[in-house]
Amino acid sequence: MKLLEILEESILVLKTNRMRTVLSVLGIIIGIGSVISLITLGEASQQSVKERIQSLGSNLITISPGGTQSGFLRGGPDDAKTLKYNDALEIEKSDRLTTVDKVAASYSSRAQISFQENNMNTNVIGITENYFSLRNIEIEYGVGITQKDIGTSSKVVVIGNGVIEELFTGKVNPIGQGIRIDGNSFKIIGITKSKGSEMVSSDNSVFIPLTTAQKVLYGIDHVTSILVSAKNEELIDPAMNQLGYLLLELHGIKNPEDADFSITSQEDLLETVSEITGTFTTLLTGIAAISLVVGGIGIMNIMLVTVTERTREIGIRKALGAKRKTITKQFLVESIVLTLTGGVLGLLLGIGVSLIITKTMGLPSVISITSISLAVGVSCLIGIIFGWYPAHRASKLQPIEALRYE
Amino acid sequence: MIPLIDVKGITKIYNGGEIATKALSDVSFEIEKGEFVAIVGPSGSGKSTLMHILGCLDIPTSGTYIINGRNVENMNDDELANIRNKEIGFVFQAYNLLSRTTSIKNVCLPMIYAGIPKTERYERAKKLLISVGLGNKLFNSPNQLSGGEKQRVAIARSMATEPSIILADEPTGNLASKQSMEIMDIFDELNIKGNTIILITHEENIAKRAKRIISIMDGKIVNDTGRLN
Repeated sequence: MKLLEILEESILVLKTNRMRTVLSVLGIIIGIGSVISLITLGEASQQSVKERIQSLGSNLITISPGGTQSGFLRGGPDDAKTLKYNDALEIEKSDRLTTVDKVAASYSSRAQISFQENNMNTNVIGITENYFSLRNIEIEYGVGITQKDIGTSSKVVVIGNGVIEELFTGKVNPIGQGIRIDGNSFKIIGITKSKGSEMVSSDNSVFIPLTTAQKVLYGIDHVTSILVSAKNEELIDPAMNQLGYLLLELHGIKNPEDADFSITSQEDLLETVSEITGTFTTLLTGIAAISLVVGGIGIMNIMLVTVTERTREIGIRKALGAKRKTITKQFLVESIVLTLTGGVLGLLLGIGVSLIITKTMGLPSVISITSISLAVGVSCLIGIIFGWYPAHRASKLQPIEALRYE
Repeated sequence: MIPLIDVKGITKIYNGGEIATKALSDVSFEIEKGEFVAIVGPSGSGKSTLMHILGCLDIPTSGTYIINGRNVENMNDDELANIRNKEIGFVFQAYNLLSRTTSIKNVCLPMIYAGIPKTERYERAKKLLISVGLGNKLFNSPNQLSGGEKQRVAIARSMATEPSIILADEPTGNLASKQSMEIMDIFDELNIKGNTIILITHEENIAKRAKRIISIMDGKIVNDTGRLN
């Protein structure tokens, strides 16, 4: 008996028992629906986190002071003073770093800043020229910090968009105004463009030349981070290696395990975050999958009822020459059609629900081929697993017994 | 000439619980191609058991049964299914049509299992239904048909794979006498066309329509008229 004919027959049977069909696949619909919407939501939130991290700067490598394996006796990375501005200059100068594009150093601390009577406590970051481009920060008004400012340790400042709201009431144009940072007077030369809802926002920071921060404000010579960009995404890992060896050499360290700095890429951060959201998604999907098992048991139950109800039909078919395999196939196809119908309806439900949620939460909605094929595959699989036993039972019926059945 | 049906020393014992019941004991007979045989006997005589064995729905405890040169001894379920499909056309007392589908699809069913292509199937089914006088009821479902009509669909179905024998188990048992006679007329006609028919019945006047009567009692053949001409 051809599969297409069996299929036709199964659909006919399921159509005649429409109400029962719908009720018995409800479990599958809900199960597949929730799995699909959870996967889609998981993917959407992962996507949005990814986008946010990438907006911090692409191909970005961060070098921080202090070793990665620093125990608490060695002090946290905040206390480490092992990275100098000179390291950044050496990286920039080196011919060996073929994979590296731009380099910037920064020293960040918190300080009191004030304009007339208004004041606030915020991040004051001493930077070099490439810092803005590496961190994807754009200047909205005025100019950025240049190499010349750094050379002369000039007292100029670029302020974040958020700072304006705090310090200026909106009546004064901040460009050209003077503000005080820890008692020193600085001239505002630029304002950064708002980056909105980012994880690490630059909106409430103020930026001054690195040398000004080191010499004028704090009297130190170390930096809190060196930012480096790789020439492209593929070169991130080689760049991290080259940077590591160069710095070990510069710091006169032989064993990489004793390194007094650590190098991380944006990708590392991305991975960590992905891992966390991934775990959550898996967990929730797992819970939803339990409902699929429950749905599957419902299918098995209804198929067993069907087999009992149609005992006589099975007897007739066997008397007319149906082989065991044919009977098995017939009932298996019926249960697969049942679960597949549930799977498709569940998929539509899941897509609908996730579209509504992503829309209201402002997440990007990604409906992946993976989730579609998952819905179809899983629902078929449930049909096979939970339909097999009833189908097997039907095929085992002896024709005489089945024909006698009333 | 090799007989179409060759039954040799068939015994059937049912092991129902503690007591074993002997339904058939040492039954032997032969049926030639083209015969019209009635197997008669009161209920409990073992004629249903014999019908099941002849129809390959059941296997004997001992003895051999050869149909159209094929020994069904030691055949498995699927091989028996194949014999039922190719060699035997069943007509049951309770019609046993699939109630959801049309007459024509019911007639098609054995041909589906025989692997006959769809267009040929429908053509043949249509021809068969016309030959039993149901040309105007091809697409009616069984519950729109009278008892006599249902049995005619069943006869058309039994002919579908052109089997060696037609095995009719009390085909008129559920019918009024006028309809019974119409059904028997169809069997007569089929026999005249050369089909071998085995009729199981307990009704004397129905059995009389056959050309040979095998009487069975307590699991044994008590009388065989042989071929009457």
